[in-house]
Amino acid sequence: MTVEMLSIVGAAVAVSFGAIGPALGEGRAIAAAMDAIARQPESAGTLSRTLFVGLAMIETMAIYCLVIALLLLYANPFAG
Amino acid sequence: MDANPLASDILFSVGPLPIGRAVVTTWVIMAALTLVSWIGMRRAEVQAGPLQAVLEIVVETTEKQIREIVRRDPWPFLPLLGTLFIFLVVANLSAVVPGAKPPTGHIETPAALAAIVFLSVHYFGLRARGGVDYLKRYIRPNPLLLPLNVLAEITRTFSLMVRLFGNIMSHEFVLAIVVFLAGLLLPIPFMLLGIMIGIIQAYIFTVLAAVFIGAAVGGESD
Repeated sequence: MTVEMLSIVGAAVAVSFGAIGPALGEGRAIAAAMDAIARQPESAGTLSRTLFVGLAMIETMAIYCLVIALLLLYANPFAG
Repeated sequence: MDANPLASDILFSVGPLPIGRAVVTTWVIMAALTLVSWIGMRRAEVQAGPLQAVLEIVVETTEKQIREIVRRDPWPFLPLLGTLFIFLVVANLSAVVPGAKPPTGHIETPAALAAIVFLSVHYFGLRARGGVDYLKRYIRPNPLLLPLNVLAEITRTFSLMVRLFGNIMSHEFVLAIVVFLAGLLLPIPFMLLGIMIGIIQAYIFTVLAAVFIGAAVGGESD
């Protein structure tokens, strides 16, 4: 296999496996926030603001994988 | 679809300085925002007209949100954070104008904004707490954590940049793939999703900048 083919496989693996963890984490976070809002609807504003910031933090992990995939595909230092 | 998302397309160059499409779009957005603000507040009255009322609502809502995050007087930070939010909303939504591409989908614009946030965090922190007291933050709770604290400063700025860039750029990619695969009506829900993503990312960027600044100046509560 050439470096180009390996890069494509690496990019696909990076995005697909890198999305598993953040997806599970975001699901748990949203479920917990829904639970909290159902118990205390009056604190929905604070909860949703914190939820959005937390989701952004979790999502960053998936975005890192995406950046690695893009580097492999478009800015690979080892491929000609 | 085969365009490299990490490179910017150069429109023209002023001397040795190449001017990309993202920079021109940024200039247009800056001019439009300045013009709207100038027209709205040219003759500010107590009995506000429609445009002045809209601008006042935007400023007051932003002020209230930032006050809740930093838990002190938000007016020193409001010019920076409010401008950041309004600029990001307009920049992320500029994709709805046919022919325009959001400048935040290229790496330069988020990098510049993250650098502004990085520098202003230290500026506000040093001004509010003084040199020694501010630098003591890095050896707290233990001097052993100094490398980790310095590393956290760098990585959070980097992730601020990459989050905005990755979200906007990847949405452009998804849209290009959907248009490429299937024709006429299918891309519309994805475009609506893009409007939501743009507003949420602008909100998140501003909230995180406010959180960083609030941590640097130290809340009045602690």
